[in-house]
Amino acid sequence: MKLEKIESKIAVLPIDNVDTDQIIPARYLKSISKDGLGEGLFRDWRLNADGTPKADFVLNQPQAKGVQILVTGDNFGCGSSREHAPWALVQNGIRAVISTSFADIFKGNALKNQLLPVVVPADAHAELLKSPWAVVKIDVVDQTVTLPSGRTVKFPIDAFSKTCLVEGVDELGYMLQQESAIAAFEAKRVGSVNTLL
Amino acid sequence: MKASSEAGSRPRTIVEKIWDSHVVAEKPGAPALLYVDLHLVHEVTSPQAFTMLRERGLKVRRPDLTIATMDHSTPTTSRDLPMLDPVGKAQLDQMTRNCKDFGIRLYDLKTTKQGIVHVIGPEQGLTQPGMTIVCGDSHTATHGAFGALAFGIGTSQVGHVFATQCLLQTPSKTYAIRVDGALRPGVSAKDIILAVIARIGIGGGTGSVFEYLGSTIRSLSMEERMTICNMSIEGGARAGLVAPDDTTYQYMAGREFAPKGADWDAALARWRQLPTDHDAEYAHALTLDANELEPMVTFGTNPGMGIAISGNIPDPASVADPIEKSDLIKALKYMDLQPGKPLKGHPIDVVFVGSCTNSRISDLRAAASIIKGRKVSPKVRMLVVPGSMQVKKQAEAEGLDKIFRDAGADFREAGCSMCLAMNGDQLEPGEYSVSTSNRNFEGRQGKGGRTFLASPLTAAASAIMGVVTDVRTLL
Repeated sequence: MKLEKIESKIAVLPIDNVDTDQIIPARYLKSISKDGLGEGLFRDWRLNADGTPKADFVLNQPQAKGVQILVTGDNFGCGSSREHAPWALVQNGIRAVISTSFADIFKGNALKNQLLPVVVPADAHAELLKSPWAVVKIDVVDQTVTLPSGRTVKFPIDAFSKTCLVEGVDELGYMLQQESAIAAFEAKRVGSVNTLL
Repeated sequence: MKASSEAGSRPRTIVEKIWDSHVVAEKPGAPALLYVDLHLVHEVTSPQAFTMLRERGLKVRRPDLTIATMDHSTPTTSRDLPMLDPVGKAQLDQMTRNCKDFGIRLYDLKTTKQGIVHVIGPEQGLTQPGMTIVCGDSHTATHGAFGALAFGIGTSQVGHVFATQCLLQTPSKTYAIRVDGALRPGVSAKDIILAVIARIGIGGGTGSVFEYLGSTIRSLSMEERMTICNMSIEGGARAGLVAPDDTTYQYMAGREFAPKGADWDAALARWRQLPTDHDAEYAHALTLDANELEPMVTFGTNPGMGIAISGNIPDPASVADPIEKSDLIKALKYMDLQPGKPLKGHPIDVVFVGSCTNSRISDLRAAASIIKGRKVSPKVRMLVVPGSMQVKKQAEAEGLDKIFRDAGADFREAGCSMCLAMNGDQLEPGEYSVSTSNRNFEGRQGKGGRTFLASPLTAAASAIMGVVTDVRTLL
């Protein structure tokens, strides 16, 4: 699957440190597949105990239908390493999250699921926070975000992740191609325990 | 103590040394391919990775470097009872099937070595200095206490390691966290790390790995070092290390998977080269004076929202940043706490002593030392969950189980238990717990549950008094 451009309304969630327990509570982690995680997304922020939607949660608003870009506060995705978090976001149609920073493990997991973590500077972030439901464009190749004002800002992404996204490269396939380097490393290891068990 | 750099080579931190010796291949424009010495596996983050292997017709490359346990979904009630949760049971059964099909050693619920993945690795001598260690679990940072580069990975990467025994990685920066001085009575390792995170915030270590240094760190036991390294991730750092020293080697000598004989001597010689070189540079640094530390407790909904036990809950009115202010208001609303008031004296419903942070024998001894001869408050239910069946056995040999039960606490089988609400041990909505675990996020211990994170000493003292308590008043 390739990811080159995203154009979408933004849903704004102005909360810092959104942790992966909020993104997908632990009770959804008993699943042995990736199926059905979408219904767990922000479950306890989205729904009341009786299962009815909470009126004030951003993703419950009528304008949220079809939204592919989430704008959040700082340090999005902190906490547990559960990859179920990007799975739940992707299963709800989210393709990018824009923030001022992302937790390391979440960022890596997101990229492996074609969910784009986009870091923008504080002033661009401030503009986005003030523009709920505005349309924003993200260009992965150019590494730009076009803000509601029309101004563009650059966002960082490492070259390898970008290639994987834009060209649909299978990361494991790439790694398996390095079999001879792996075997050579194993053969020449000095000292470290080669076999533990 | 610090190894001098070899003539002609640049000074390196311990992290750089481990990194350099594990790079399999490096191509321009791509992350390095890093070899993994030890892959720890549990039932929650592995099923989809095994499915991927089956779909692609791949095997586990090094089953001999892979070890699995059951910990998150497992009930902590008697193993003879049928499991009540069919979904959890299905996950455990799948784990059994996966390990059998792929030839991976599994410490299942019938074995004497089962336990929380980050407790069993070290206690068996699997965790060793200078290793790269990964697991689909963010508290893999725990193993850094041995001077290993240990970090959490997602399920996709679990699959990568299964198939290639490698990961694509870019190096992190190293952030030196120095703690010097003597801990005062009642103050323990958990309070150190809670104080660090309160100081730098839960995003403070993003992009970095922590190296813990200083006289206080050197004075700690391996179990205490594990408590600190465990919560590195709560400070935003993917990993946290303590360079190995004689404390490390004494802990490791003779453990089941530790090297023996000539292999031990050779390993020791290698390990002694690991500590950070004298002139090596860190990207960031923080210094704490241990003498100034008090028992800590968190009041809010992330591990950085912590205060000294004698402190007051912060007031949102004094927070300038609008999102930070609204987040604090939201946290206080969720926890139903008043700004400016002390947290000490707040009534509690549950005390949990357990989790990969604080469930080892020294943690149980610490809690027992406060509980002994006293009773758990009738308003409190207390759960003590040893981190592994080996810890449980040792606790029983020392009579700790009797101390807990005589006081009215529940002493359980090993597992992650109430750290996260996925195995039957959890809070009811609105209940307050003092917990020795590592996360106080909204709903973490149960939907609507309210968590105060603290040390085993603080937890035990609070269990007796029925309110958040300064353990120093009971010493």
